[in-house]
Amino acid sequence: MKKSHQDSSSLWNYSPAPESKSHISLKEKYGLYINGKWEKPISGKYFDSINPATEEILAQIAQANDKDVDKAVRAARFAYDSVWSKLSGSERAKYIYRIARLMQERARELAVIETLDGGKPIRESRDIDVPLACNHFFYYAGWADKLEYAFPTRKVESLGVAGQIIPWNFPLLMAAWKIAPALAAGNTVVLKPAETTSLTALKLAEIIHDAGLPPGVVNIVTGFGDTGAAIVNHPDVNKIAFTGSTAVGKLIQKAIATTSKKATLELGGKSANIIFEDAPIDQAVEGIVNGIFFNQGHVCCAGSRLFVQESIAEKVIKKLKQRIETLYVGDPLDKNTDIGAINSKEQLQTIEKYIQIGLNEGAEIYQPQCTLPKKGFFYPPTLFSNVAQSNRIVQEEIFGPVLTIQTFRTIDEVIQKANNTPYGLAAGVWTDKGSRIFNLTTKLKAGVVWANTYNKFDPTSPFGGFKESGFGREGGLHGLSAYVKLS
Amino acid sequence: MNRLEVLKTYKIYIGGQFPRTESGRYYTIKDKKGNPIANICLSSRKDVRNAVVAARKAFGSWSERSAFNRGQIIYRIAEMLEGRKEQFIEELVKQGASQKSAIQEVNLAIDRIVYYAGWADKYQQVASSINPVSSSHFNFSVLEPMGVLGLVAPQNSSLIGLVSCIIPAITGGNTIVVIASQNHPLCSVTFAEVLNSSDVPGGVVNILTGNPHETAPILASHMDVNALVADDQDLLHLKSEAVENLKRIVPLNSNWMQKESQGLWFVTETQEIKTTWHPIENIGGASSSY
Repeated sequence: MKKSHQDSSSLWNYSPAPESKSHISLKEKYGLYINGKWEKPISGKYFDSINPATEEILAQIAQANDKDVDKAVRAARFAYDSVWSKLSGSERAKYIYRIARLMQERARELAVIETLDGGKPIRESRDIDVPLACNHFFYYAGWADKLEYAFPTRKVESLGVAGQIIPWNFPLLMAAWKIAPALAAGNTVVLKPAETTSLTALKLAEIIHDAGLPPGVVNIVTGFGDTGAAIVNHPDVNKIAFTGSTAVGKLIQKAIATTSKKATLELGGKSANIIFEDAPIDQAVEGIVNGIFFNQGHVCCAGSRLFVQESIAEKVIKKLKQRIETLYVGDPLDKNTDIGAINSKEQLQTIEKYIQIGLNEGAEIYQPQCTLPKKGFFYPPTLFSNVAQSNRIVQEEIFGPVLTIQTFRTIDEVIQKANNTPYGLAAGVWTDKGSRIFNLTTKLKAGVVWANTYNKFDPTSPFGGFKESGFGREGGLHGLSAYVKLS
Repeated sequence: MNRLEVLKTYKIYIGGQFPRTESGRYYTIKDKKGNPIANICLSSRKDVRNAVVAARKAFGSWSERSAFNRGQIIYRIAEMLEGRKEQFIEELVKQGASQKSAIQEVNLAIDRIVYYAGWADKYQQVASSINPVSSSHFNFSVLEPMGVLGLVAPQNSSLIGLVSCIIPAITGGNTIVVIASQNHPLCSVTFAEVLNSSDVPGGVVNILTGNPHETAPILASHMDVNALVADDQDLLHLKSEAVENLKRIVPLNSNWMQKESQGLWFVTETQEIKTTWHPIENIGGASSSY
């Protein structure tokens, strides 16, 4: 882990520019949002949600058990039967539009809380997570009364109660990805946020409450894996939507295999980011950085496997090293920060475990010299070169700011290497040649291909994987089909 | 003097070849009166694996063919089936159908193949999308075949169920390993002969006869099969086998004899959605108002 490069961060000193925390309101204790009311957990148990950048406690979160989940599912079922399934699409749309508008009004508060609770840089939560989440509600609201155009010649029905389990990397955005299409299609929802990042989902519950949604249409239950399992196994849930690890995705798929529950799974990835010799190098370097260091690398579609054509490898790697010297790792609330806090101690340990695995496998490590904050969970941007296709750090998802670098000579070779993974979520291609882009985008087995760009998202754009990265799509017209029954 | 009839040997269909099952096992199907009709291959685990290898090998070139060419080949299947209509009617009758319903079934099967031949170069246009993203990017989603499919063919039908499930899947560029109806297997083998004479490349469709309780779980758990297609009832038993490589589960239930049991959806059910982004140059200056 020795530094071999001049520390250029000293050349780029900025004065601290932290976002103010003064305008946010957080309760000391959060209950479960069930049937339009804040309920105490039946077990009486609460757990702490901490700020991963300071390790300070932000709030106490209710721990739901299977009885709480049952209450939530019953509320969702009752709301489905008595109100929501009877509303016209245009009325549903207006409720969802209201949610979008209220979120926009409270965008700054949501962004600050997202950054406090999850550790991501405020620039990202402010400019990406929160606006995208609002826009997702705005987009799907408009579908609610147009479903017959999405599925012409077919009869479209809602499914019933959707059980939704979301991860900690984009807490509010994932809640929006799940809730918005479910409501638009006429379902009711029981959603469980990840245990380390419950707060923005609970703030969203406040917003949904303020929007006047009928009680029980959206229920938010907080807790750990067992809470999620209670949702998955509840007999009165019609649909499971899960975003998270491939291992848990398989457990869920197994658990519901003998039922008629419908599922969409958005799982892990080990996406290839491919740089050809004719690529615009400076833009490509920015794309590599954005591909792997966006949100500390806690991104299922992170471009964690870099492939550089041999003829330009030396140049690209040199520029990449120079570039990561200038990345700011530190206070997520600071507007200068590029890489915020690792989401949890557990995740930091996972990253450290993989660094050790990489070193044991003989890979060459490069980390810029940067001073990490004393408190909190931080990890510097890391490059691994001299790696083989069979190395674990090349095959397995690390979910941190760790990039492996491989080189290639021919297109055939890089297609083979890029596709040689059980995953198939995303891929990046950098070249100036149009015909090559289309060759690559056709052959890469991935649900999203970014050509001369990376890590772009939009409510209108379907997202989801091939192979073991899961099935089903979220976003766009195609995202609706996860929440409807067609006949 | 009556001429002695030449009886047909029913074999399985793997990679464009008609081998017997490597296991050497067979079972006998009988008509209503209990008279034996034919000995049928009782396919084994090894046959399933060989079929998957053949289907994987065929996938690359089949999925990369032009949509127009796939459409022509599918249409050719219909032509060949039309030419061998009598044989299928006879087989259906042997397996218990009335003459009238047998004729109906074969006609419907032919028409359905023609129907899907027409979809080959149209489903992409209807089901793909250009997505109006907020940033300066051109963004589109297209359909791509899932890959190698495992199909447990409808068990209560000899021809129409088989055709209704196979044809939309290969129209969309997938290759397929089929476990035929156990009790009504005759048409599946004869249909393989139709496919074989229709310019459908070997390995695109592979058909195994035998006991689905034995072979379907092997197909369902095979790590190189991308999706599992079967009716709800069969899927209940097979879904847990399919978890390990996260196979797509595609339930297909229908009364296949109904004219309405066909459509775009049977093609798109076995397609993945792939979304591509590319930046649009956005340099200020002249606007496009004029």
